[in-house]
Formats: sequence, C-alpha cells, structure tokens
Amino acid sequence: MKYSVVVFPGSNCDHDAYSAVTANLGCKAEYVWHKETSLPKDTDCVILPGGFAHGDYLRCGAIARFSPIMEDVIKFANKGGYVMGICNGFQVLTEARLLPGALLRNINVSFICEDIYLKTVNHKTAFTSEIPEEKTLRIPISHGEGNFFADADTIKEIEDNGQVLFRYCDKNGNVTPEANPNGSINNIAGIMNKQGNVLGMMPHPERYCDQLLGGDDGKFIFNSLINHLK
Amino acid sequence: MKTYKAIIRISLRKGILDVQGKTVENGLRSIGFNNISNVRIGRIVELNVEAEDKTAANNIVADACKKLIANPIIEDFAVEIEDAK
Repeated sequence: MKYSVVVFPGSNCDHDAYSAVTANLGCKAEYVWHKETSLPKDTDCVILPGGFAHGDYLRCGAIARFSPIMEDVIKFANKGGYVMGICNGFQVLTEARLLPGALLRNINVSFICEDIYLKTVNHKTAFTSEIPEEKTLRIPISHGEGNFFADADTIKEIEDNGQVLFRYCDKNGNVTPEANPNGSINNIAGIMNKQGNVLGMMPHPERYCDQLLGGDDGKFIFNSLINHLK
Repeated sequence: MKTYKAIIRISLRKGILDVQGKTVENGLRSIGFNNISNVRIGRIVELNVEAEDKTAANNIVADACKKLIANPIIEDFAVEIEDAK
C-alpha cells in the first residue's frame, strides 16, 4: 500500500505522517510537493497533513485548496481514491468542498494541544473497520480552529448517512459537553464524504502510532484502510 | 477599461457564535464598558479591479469572494465599489 503525503509550505505534520505509515505501519510513502500537478500513479491514499499551509492566511486551508496539486487530489477523490485530511488537511478538504461544513475558531479562542478521547460512531467504513467496537481512542489534538460547523440540514444529512465517524468523548466513551474541547456541533471530531473515500479529522492519529511517542491508538485508523485495500 | 477600488466587508454569518467578538466584549466589560454589546469581528479586504463599469467590477469581485475571499458556508460579504484614486 502506498501513501502520498502532500507537502504545502507550512505543513508541519508531513514527516509525522510519513514516518507513521512507513516505520510504524510498513507501507510505502512518498512526499508530494504542492506545486506538483499530478499524484504518483501508484497512490492508494493521499494524506493532507497537519500544519499551517500557506500560513493559514485568509482562512485555514483557503489558499492551500488552490495549490496546483489539489486539482489532481480532487480528481483522485472523485474517482474513488482514498484521501485523509488530518487537522489542517481537514480544513483544506472543507475549503475544497470535498467534505461538508467548515472549521471555526475554538469556542474558548485558545489553541489546544492535548490528548483527547474519541468514540467511533460508524465502524463500517474503510477508515474505522479495525477499531474494536467498544474501544475509546486516545489521540492528540493540536489546533486553534477545530470547531466543526455546518448548517442544520447538513448536520442532519451527515448524521443520517453515517458520515460522522468520530466524536469527542470522555475516557469511558461518554459523549458529553465537557468532553468537547472546541465547541464542535454534536462533538464531531471526524467525518467522511457520502461516498466513504474521503476522511477529515481534527485529531492526529499519525502522532500516536508508536508507544514510544505516547500512544498507538492511531494505528487502528491506518490499519483499517490498509486491511480494506488488501 | 477602468480601474475601480473594491472594499469587501466579511463577517461571520448571522447565527454563528463569534467567539472572538465575545472575548473582546468580555474584555470591554471587564474594563467598565457595560453599555457595549453584540461585538462582532470581521475582516476588510481592499483591492483594485479593472472592469468596463461598476456593475462589471462588482460581478468580478463577488465571484472572487465566492471562490476564495469569503467562505459562504460561514461568512457573509458585502462589496463596495468606488473609483480608484
């Protein structure tokens, strides 16, 4: 399995993602500079990594969405190719309209960098099938704009379609207002598109793929796609 | 073709909690401005645009707003066009 990790000017989790999928998960990976106009032919999954692409100027992800490589990423996604947007990558995917909604400023106006817990809402997807039913994932967040917003109709649609994959919860898996770090509607931490091939999530699974780095719950998410593509 | 100046006011859509505005409002209250409320924070973008007339200029800028300058999911925008000096 081959991952292509897009590198925007200002990406800072590209190396984490590359290292997680190669060293920790045994996959092939390649960096793809944002000025490239086509993805490597053997790409199975594109990762849009975390960071501050183009300095997050104007709005997070707004400029990155028009980086040259994005045209091929959008083509790839529309043909059913797998795309994972993590943190800033999630923001890029919403700006590119590959995912619904938008990410607003955290409700407490602070940048939050801490471990949070995630409840998996839908286990029947390419990104979540290997997550045990009752498992609560411990994964870090690191963002200032992660407050997921969409209008009421869109929220209803993504909830009804099973597109909400992860919600912020407490250690025991209870989805409560107290466990919501950033004000996201319905504690939403990660969603996918209707077709099920594009994932966006604010938490950083790539940072927790090795116990030496503090945890490895992120592996469940990567392993889901790896097994799905076997 | 003529050069026009566009002033674009971008604000969070009504109904979306403006946490930045709320924080500034709380700050103002904490220093005694108890008569201030509904603080909303937005952004102003100014640019020059070449167009046949004001209507054409407005159309170009509105298109640019929808595509990049604003995000219609969360933001409203208002465009003012004036002659460039």
